[in-house]
Amino acid sequence: MPYQLAVNGRTHRIDEDGQTPLLWVLRDTLRLTGTKYGCGIAQCGACTIHVDGQPMRSCSLSLETAAGSQIVTIEAVEGPEAAAVRAAWVKRDVPQCGFCQSGQIMSAVALLRSNGAPTDDDIDRAMSGNICRCATYNRIRAAIHDAAQSSTSQAKTA
Amino acid sequence: MSWRHGFRSARPRRRRLRIGCVPLLAIIVAAVVLIAAIALWPRALPQPESIAATPPRSDVAQLRPVASFASIGDPETRSLALFTEAGRVIQHPRCMNCHPRDDRPTQTDAMRPHVPWVSRGPDDAGEPTLRCSTCHHAANFDASGVPGNPKWKLAPIEMAWQGKSLGEICRQMLDPARSHMDRAALLHHMTEDELVGWAWHPGGKRSPAPGTQAEFGALIKAWLESGARCPA
Repeated sequence: MPYQLAVNGRTHRIDEDGQTPLLWVLRDTLRLTGTKYGCGIAQCGACTIHVDGQPMRSCSLSLETAAGSQIVTIEAVEGPEAAAVRAAWVKRDVPQCGFCQSGQIMSAVALLRSNGAPTDDDIDRAMSGNICRCATYNRIRAAIHDAAQSSTSQAKTA
Repeated sequence: MSWRHGFRSARPRRRRLRIGCVPLLAIIVAAVVLIAAIALWPRALPQPESIAATPPRSDVAQLRPVASFASIGDPETRSLALFTEAGRVIQHPRCMNCHPRDDRPTQTDAMRPHVPWVSRGPDDAGEPTLRCSTCHHAANFDASGVPGNPKWKLAPIEMAWQGKSLGEICRQMLDPARSHMDRAALLHHMTEDELVGWAWHPGGKRSPAPGTQAEFGALIKAWLESGARCPA
C-alpha cells in the first residue's frame, strides 16, 4: 500500500511496506543521505530528524507512523536557530569525523526552538540521546551556547 | 686410498627425483580438482527459521487461578495469598522498570538504568526536549526492537516501587494520596489499562509478565473483595 510522505516541504508517494523504518525510506528511496544510520536501535541519535517539529529517531519510526506528519531532515532544516547553529558549528569547528553531526544538529536546533537560553544542564538533558564517538561533547555544548547567544542578539537587533 | 685419487664418501649418492612436466601438470590439476570438489561438495546449509512472535505458552510463567485459593478458609490468609501471587506480576521487571525509585526508568530483565540517559520530565513522559516519543511510539517496532504503546510514560514518583517490599507497595497502592486511585480505579488500572497490558505483550526478546492481564485482574479483584490485606 503506498503512503504519502511529506518530507522537506514536498509530498512523496512511497510504495514500501508500512513497517519499513523511515530512515531507510529517507536514505534509500528519497536519497536524502544526510541522515545517518548509526545503530538502528535508537541508541545513538545519528538518525535524528524532526517530525512535526519534534526530534525523533528515524530508525525507530515506521513509515506508516510517519505518514501524515511533516518531516524535516538535515538537508532542509532552516530558520534563525538552524542558521545560528550552523554558524556556531563552523566557528567552533565542532565535527571531528562528522558522522553523528547531522543528528546532533537536529537535536540542537530543536532544543533552541523550545529553549532560547539553555543552561549546561538543559543541554545535557536534551542532547543525552546523541552519542559522539569522537567525544566532541564540549565543543557541541559550547557551540549551542554560542548559537543561543547569537539567536538572542539577532532577535534583539530585529 | 689417497688424496691423489680423491676421497669418496662411504654414503651412497642420493638420487634426485625427477618428474617430467606432464606428470607435474597432472598432479597440479588433480590437486585443484580435489580442492574444488571439497569446496563445492553439496552440504546442508543452515535454513532460516521463523521465530514465534510470542513465546510458546509452556515457556511463559503462569499465574495460579483465583479458584485455587478457595481452599484457604481464613479470609485474611486468603487475601494475603492472593496479593502475594499478584505480586509476581507487580514485581516483574516489565512493571517495575516503569515504577523507578527516582526520575530515571530502568530497562531489561536486569533492570539496568535506561540507555540513553532520560528523565521523567514534568509529565512523566520525558523532558520537553527529549520526550519518550523521541524513540517510543504507539506500538512495539520490530525493526529497531524499541517497545511502544500509545500511553508510554512512567508511573508518578509517588508510585515508585523499586526498592520497596511487596508489603510497602501494597500499602502504597491502597493509599489514594500516593496512588491517585481509589479501589475501583485501581482495579480498572490493573485489569483494563492499555499500558499495564503491554507487560504481557512486550515484543522482542522481553519476558512477558506471568499469566495474562485477565488472570492478574481476577487476582486483584479477589484480593480487594477479600479485605485487601497487605504483607508485612
